Amino acid sequence: MGLLLDSHRRRALARLLLRLNTPLCVVSYLAGVFWFLGLAFSPLTQNTYISENAMGSTMVEEQFEGGEHAISFARDFIAQRRKTGSLPVAWLERTMRSVGLEVYSQSFSRTLPFPDETHERYMVSGTNVYGILRAPRAASTESLVLIVPSSPETLNAQAVGLLLSLAAYFRSQIYWAKDIIFLVTEHDLLGTEAWLEAYHDVNITGMQSSALRGRAGAIQAAVALELNSDVVTSLDVAVEGLNGQLPNLDLLNLFHAFCQKEALLCTLQGKLQHSDWASLGGSLHGLQTLMLMVLRQASGRPHGPHGLFLRYHVEAITLRGINSFRQYKYDMTAVGKTLEGMFRKLNNLLERLHQSYFFYLLPSLSRFVSIGLYMPAIGFLLFIPGLKALELWVKLNKADFGPEEQLGPNHSPAQPIGQDARGVALTPLVAPVLISQATGLALYLLPVMGQHVAAQHFPVAEAEAVVLTLLAIYVAGLALPHSTHRVVSSTPRGPDSGWMALKLLGLLYLAIQLGCISLFNFSLGFLLAVTMVPAAALTQPNGPRFLYAVLLVLVSPGATLLGSLFLWRELQEAPLTLAEGWQLFLNALAQGVLDHHLYGALLFPLLSLGLYPCWLLFWNVLFWK
Amino acid sequence: MAARGGPGSVREAPAWASLGLGLGLLLLLLLAPGCGGAADKRIEDQAEQLFKSGHTNNWAVLVCTSRFWFNYRHVANTLSVYRSVKRLGIPDSHIVLMLADDMACNSRNPKPATVFSHKNMELNVYGDDVEVDYRSYEVTVENFLRVLTGRVPPSTPRSKRLLSDDRSNILIYMTGHGGNGFLKFQDSEEITNVELADAFEQMWQKRRYHEMLFIIDTCQGASMYERFYSPNVMALASSQVGEDSLSHQPDLAIGVHLMDRYTFYVLEFLEEIHPASQANMNDLFQVCPKSLCVSTPGHRTDLFQRNPQNVLITDFFGSVRKVELTTETVSLRPDLSSMGYSHLKCQKDEELAEPLNYAEQLPVAQIIHQKPKPKEWHPPGGFILGLWALILMVFFKTYGIKHMKYVF
Repeated sequence: MGLLLDSHRRRALARLLLRLNTPLCVVSYLAGVFWFLGLAFSPLTQNTYISENAMGSTMVEEQFEGGEHAISFARDFIAQRRKTGSLPVAWLERTMRSVGLEVYSQSFSRTLPFPDETHERYMVSGTNVYGILRAPRAASTESLVLIVPSSPETLNAQAVGLLLSLAAYFRSQIYWAKDIIFLVTEHDLLGTEAWLEAYHDVNITGMQSSALRGRAGAIQAAVALELNSDVVTSLDVAVEGLNGQLPNLDLLNLFHAFCQKEALLCTLQGKLQHSDWASLGGSLHGLQTLMLMVLRQASGRPHGPHGLFLRYHVEAITLRGINSFRQYKYDMTAVGKTLEGMFRKLNNLLERLHQSYFFYLLPSLSRFVSIGLYMPAIGFLLFIPGLKALELWVKLNKADFGPEEQLGPNHSPAQPIGQDARGVALTPLVAPVLISQATGLALYLLPVMGQHVAAQHFPVAEAEAVVLTLLAIYVAGLALPHSTHRVVSSTPRGPDSGWMALKLLGLLYLAIQLGCISLFNFSLGFLLAVTMVPAAALTQPNGPRFLYAVLLVLVSPGATLLGSLFLWRELQEAPLTLAEGWQLFLNALAQGVLDHHLYGALLFPLLSLGLYPCWLLFWNVLFWK
Repeated sequence: MAARGGPGSVREAPAWASLGLGLGLLLLLLLAPGCGGAADKRIEDQAEQLFKSGHTNNWAVLVCTSRFWFNYRHVANTLSVYRSVKRLGIPDSHIVLMLADDMACNSRNPKPATVFSHKNMELNVYGDDVEVDYRSYEVTVENFLRVLTGRVPPSTPRSKRLLSDDRSNILIYMTGHGGNGFLKFQDSEEITNVELADAFEQMWQKRRYHEMLFIIDTCQGASMYERFYSPNVMALASSQVGEDSLSHQPDLAIGVHLMDRYTFYVLEFLEEIHPASQANMNDLFQVCPKSLCVSTPGHRTDLFQRNPQNVLITDFFGSVRKVELTTETVSLRPDLSSMGYSHLKCQKDEELAEPLNYAEQLPVAQIIHQKPKPKEWHPPGGFILGLWALILMVFFKTYGIKHMKYVF
């Protein structure tokens, strides 16, 4: 208390803060960025290990031999699919029943908010088929799920075949302690969402579906399988789920352990593990994989059907069979054995997977970065808005310093100081804040609401109308706020105090938002922080304004999305041309809005209602007159 | 302890000899008139040695404190000791068996109604007649201590009580997950080494045992016996303080480790013991050297009055009455027990070297369902390989490669 009340010391502290502010910010930013880049290097990564005792090691004798069987099932499936033109429900039911499952089906329908051009669907209706294998000697209180999504563009016939073949094999075993649900969904994620909502008896996305007639207790874990060829060269695993949620690391460890046991080639983000981890090349490779994971996690999209299970606290991963030009191929039996081993071990679970990490980053399948080690990166970045806000606060309360203090280049000592100069006038800020938020709300609501109006008046389809409206409102937001503060232009406190107060507010708003986002989706928080924070800290209405404006536009949420797309394709070693990039960007916008409406992805509302208005505040600061 | 009996003094026990056992006393059957003083003396010595062991009954308390399928090995540990003591003659009425989980009926068990202790399903320790006295949630620290100290509610059935007296030798075997100074019961509570030591002292003061053998197979097991202070307690542990006890026998078909190393080798040792075995405690101490156990097994004998070398394994693991048949007459002096006994004991305690062969009175062959397999001798693999190589070489040398087709 003494320190705060003693005016001399307080003044000294304030002076120190002002003098050290800029170097501290620079150091902090660099520390944050380099800490992040260092995450892939050895002291910050640890080897993965299975924490769950109940699963133990890979001690299983895999006896699945039904690879050929699976392929013949797949052939039948393709033939039936061609005959019926949609998911061959009757055939699936018959086959599942013949291998001894309890079979049910569920029909669902959903009208999309606007036509999805990527998947070419608008009014979707389909049927999910699932069979339950009841554990012979246990109560049906817990279950595991093996799910295969099937949609017109990716049939996953071989996955369906393997699912049926595994079901037949599992049926003949007596050691099951949990029921196993074999689920084939139509229209990939839509079907999965419908089934999950019906299973848990909730309706959060406006899906119309029939009720489920068969259940099997609480789902403990789920594995999604996508296979489109009779042989595979490698299995790729996807972990990133809806809103950047991740499954418990133990599930991934389990998969990795069986990969090694069966000597399968397993990849993460389509990247093989580097042979020599300790070398520089290995670490850089790890950094590349880690960056890919960060970008995918930040997108908040479910990267496979597993992503939707995570919302219900069901640990899940998606396995994708890749058939590339490698010489050595694995047949269905090898893949089936891996799944058999995983299910045997999941069957041993006594509780939900909870021993290992839920928050992690993966530079490779065998290494991970825990939350305790990556959070400092964003901590350093969020330190900057805090410091800047403190500096502004001190400057706004400059009466404390007395007339002899020289505060900074912006301060003119001749300025008269009002009697209540200590306070911050809030009234001039009301208009910019309200207008920014209203723009954000318009950005969130208008594109979908106004699609028909737009489609009537302009020669575009609904999907295009949505994206173009989105862009139009986004750009219009830049033009709006130039004059907002003049509405309430009673500047009693000198010319600077207005924008300083607005910037102070903006910085605090930004820091709080980024802090909250980084708690549930570090990747998104970090990507936004690393771009927005420096621009936000630099912005002020005097100085090289044009430079600031360019910088600010470059770091706006939309530009970050565009940049991320380019970076993503660059890291995947499939660089984009500008035109392709733009096309992908428009697609991504549409998909982002669709994901929000179909699955409840939060990225779109977060950006439109939170970060975009916040960014507009800084735009406002820049053009403060 | 080389066994060398006088000629004619040892006979196979006739079946009717066991009829006299119900009294719990050792019988000496006198079948022939006396011969002379020297012979008398010798036979009296034999009789003395016969009465030497101070216990008249045996009890066993066998405890597995772990639940859950992945702790299969702890149940197998306990059941394998149960199998051994039962095989060596302790009846179910004298065994208090506490199992915290039921592995035989676990739905994850691919072989229902079995608990195997060896890989490839070589030895099923679950057997046909396992009597579990305390099971699943009944296995608590409280129940365990109540059993030991005899402070059980009046309604407790006899099978759940330890009805021992001051002539009882008690075997206490415990296994589970432990740490320095404690053993975990289920997933909810622990027993500390101090509690255990105090329980033993209570037993001693309540004259509930004559001698006690305590065996524990858990991590840092030696910490569990270091606080003991009651007399006549011998203790063994699978590992020292700071060491983990390790599992053994990973079985792919069942999917778990079947046993812990220490108990595995103890079981192997016990399988070789039969009711008349002369193996002593020193042999038990050396059952699992560090090379096999990975951990360092420990033992504590300072509280025990006798030299472990003179303590037979069957003093604790068996319940065998000794019966001696002789054709000579022994005139028992009435005051033999009061004066001669102590005199002889002082003089000849350690070097009383007239060992006896005990007649086997129990139908051991029937009790042991699974006899220890006679070890078949196989020539070493390398030798056979070499032999084949030689044969092939001679063949090729003689006929050349073109005659290969006649071979296959």
